[in-house]
Amino acid sequence: MPREGILIDTPFERMTKEQVEKIHQASMEILIDPGLICFNQRATEMFNSNGAQVTPVSPSDHPCWLVKIPEKLVLDALDNAPKTVKLGARNPHNSLIMKGEEPRVFFITGSETNIWLDVEFPTYVKKSDPDTEIMVPEFKPRRGTVADLCQSAHVCEHLETLDGYIRTVNIQDKDITEDNKDVNKFFASLNNTTKHVMSGLTSLSQLDNVVNMAKLIVGGEEELKANPIISFITCLVKSPLQFVDDTTETFIEICRRALPIVVSSSPQAGSTAPIKEAGIMAQINAEVLAGITLSQLVNKGTPVIYGSVPVRARMDTLGDSYGAVETSQYNIDCVQMARFYKLPNYSTSGVCDTKTPGTQASVERLFSDILITLSGPQYLHCAYGLLDCNSVFCLLQAVLDDAHFQMIRFFLKPPRINETEIAETLKQIREVAATPQKLYISYIRRVMRSGELSAPYPFEGDGEADNVFALAYQKMQQLLSKPVEHIDQATTSKIFREIPGILPRLNVYEEGR
Amino acid sequence: MSEDIITLLKENVIQGRKTQDDEGIDEELTGPGVVELTQSALDHDISPAVIIKQGLTAGMQVVGEKFSTKEYFIPDMLASAEAVGAAMDILKPLLEASNVETKGKFAIVTVKGDIHDIGKNIVAILLKGAGYEVNDLGADVPTEKIVEIVREYKPDYLGLSALLTTTMVAMGEVIEALKENGLRDKVKVLIGGAAVSNEYAKEIGADAYCVDGFEAIRVLDACQEAKA
Repeated sequence: MPREGILIDTPFERMTKEQVEKIHQASMEILIDPGLICFNQRATEMFNSNGAQVTPVSPSDHPCWLVKIPEKLVLDALDNAPKTVKLGARNPHNSLIMKGEEPRVFFITGSETNIWLDVEFPTYVKKSDPDTEIMVPEFKPRRGTVADLCQSAHVCEHLETLDGYIRTVNIQDKDITEDNKDVNKFFASLNNTTKHVMSGLTSLSQLDNVVNMAKLIVGGEEELKANPIISFITCLVKSPLQFVDDTTETFIEICRRALPIVVSSSPQAGSTAPIKEAGIMAQINAEVLAGITLSQLVNKGTPVIYGSVPVRARMDTLGDSYGAVETSQYNIDCVQMARFYKLPNYSTSGVCDTKTPGTQASVERLFSDILITLSGPQYLHCAYGLLDCNSVFCLLQAVLDDAHFQMIRFFLKPPRINETEIAETLKQIREVAATPQKLYISYIRRVMRSGELSAPYPFEGDGEADNVFALAYQKMQQLLSKPVEHIDQATTSKIFREIPGILPRLNVYEEGR
Repeated sequence: MSEDIITLLKENVIQGRKTQDDEGIDEELTGPGVVELTQSALDHDISPAVIIKQGLTAGMQVVGEKFSTKEYFIPDMLASAEAVGAAMDILKPLLEASNVETKGKFAIVTVKGDIHDIGKNIVAILLKGAGYEVNDLGADVPTEKIVEIVREYKPDYLGLSALLTTTMVAMGEVIEALKENGLRDKVKVLIGGAAVSNEYAKEIGADAYCVDGFEAIRVLDACQEAKA
């Protein structure tokens, strides 16, 4: 049985059917006029040989072409793209089945941050009353390492609301190079979680090593096809409307191997996309459709996910503002567009502008987490632990986020109203009405222990004390002390023998150290 | 056999099973509840003192420990207290006949003009479960009637409850009326409810403010200890 996720009975939608169709039409127009600039020759040739109008752009520092994609090509690709995408997992019970027309939400970590935020709790003494001491969290940023990635995957394995794992931190150890980064980040992730693992690829030269590693874990090529424990995310179209050479090349090779892939676009309203909603929506949709079209030209039937990471610009810095309310609006619009095409959607919530855990982080995250979940994307990158947009990862924040998602999951349970419940309740009301005290308390206990009542906020302090961070830190330590199911020793040995570049210190069986 | 009954009685107090029809926490625990086991203990000539000390009080002590470690919640505490209260109703005539005194007599009431009685009811259940003899006078009770009960029933403690800022003034009126009738020094007055506070208790001359039923038990137990 794959993971259940949360089925949203009536997804929250902002756009009317007519508005959705208008965005679709506007995107079709964009794909013809102005079209896209393509810096990748193979992609250009594929578009050209399948009916797109291609003209060289000159003069240019890099060879590139203007590609105008006709509507028919896009519609054919949408027909050919699978409407159901399976993301497998080392533990098959952690597989995710995503159907484009079914608003069943899975919560996944997100993004690759450069900075890892450590937490310490130094004690402060009150000057006017030296007997009064408080512990205040202190956050210390540093560059992420492969050990951090292992730790993050380990904790996320045990966070019950998490359905899958996107590598959270960029590994920047001294012995990590461009040539061994991919095998190490995939191995570190896969070895510490039995959930699905998604990542971007740093170097195309490592694609086969990564895929072969996955084959060794599941038992072969056919097994990987049946249980794709890894998938990829690519931002092949840089906004506005440009196919990037290297990422497009990577994208083509992943599609050739028929592995699940997210076609993601991340325009910023105000700088790399129009500031108005209609504008960013028409553009991001055109960019994603262009990528999806290419995926099906490369390999018909490639399991592709409509990926959307739209964001509004901050007016003070022109940086990304994931905390802006409009960012949530764009994301919900994109969920609707993907549903219109019957494709599974990769959406984004929970990314916040603030740099450390705290009140602003909670407000920004919870706001978008609730709303975007309600819109029913299938694959929700909900930014567990991410701070400062996508720059910082804090394990403590991931534990805090889990508490938010427990609340959201509980809230989205279907109403518990049926004949049996009504009959039982009427009996209770009549019984209690006949007692002098008129209290229902004696009926609480069974319900309380059946899981039908929501749990209190898990990091609530005693009295007026705010111990949220300290209690979440304790929980984090508990999760780290719980064992994870690593890849077995025989397979690990095989991986280390056959896949070059994996750091010996990642071998938990201590072979070859 | 006697030991078995007492052990079972204690376990059923911990499980909060007043009668054989009640569900405890452990679904596998069925059979007689606290009421049936108390009667059975008496039928086996176990003394009320042993029933109270080794069965009921010992069970409530475990419940209190589980509550303090957050394994149990208030509904669990109330279920156990209700079960103990029902057992005490069975034992009361025997205790009176043998001149064994209860921990103390406690009258509780929601004052004039206020019909809110949830808190008052919970306090009553908890105190009864803690071994006090509780006389619940109900809600919206006129001051004169409260004075009359104090005169006739002679409680050691009087609990006054009010939820509203508009009705809490009646608490002060009760205390004044007790003074006028020469009864103020015969009874300790405790107040509670959302509208009142420690400061308000001092202002109207009450003996204590109790934030909840557990505080009420602590206050009463401390008074009992002081008496002893």
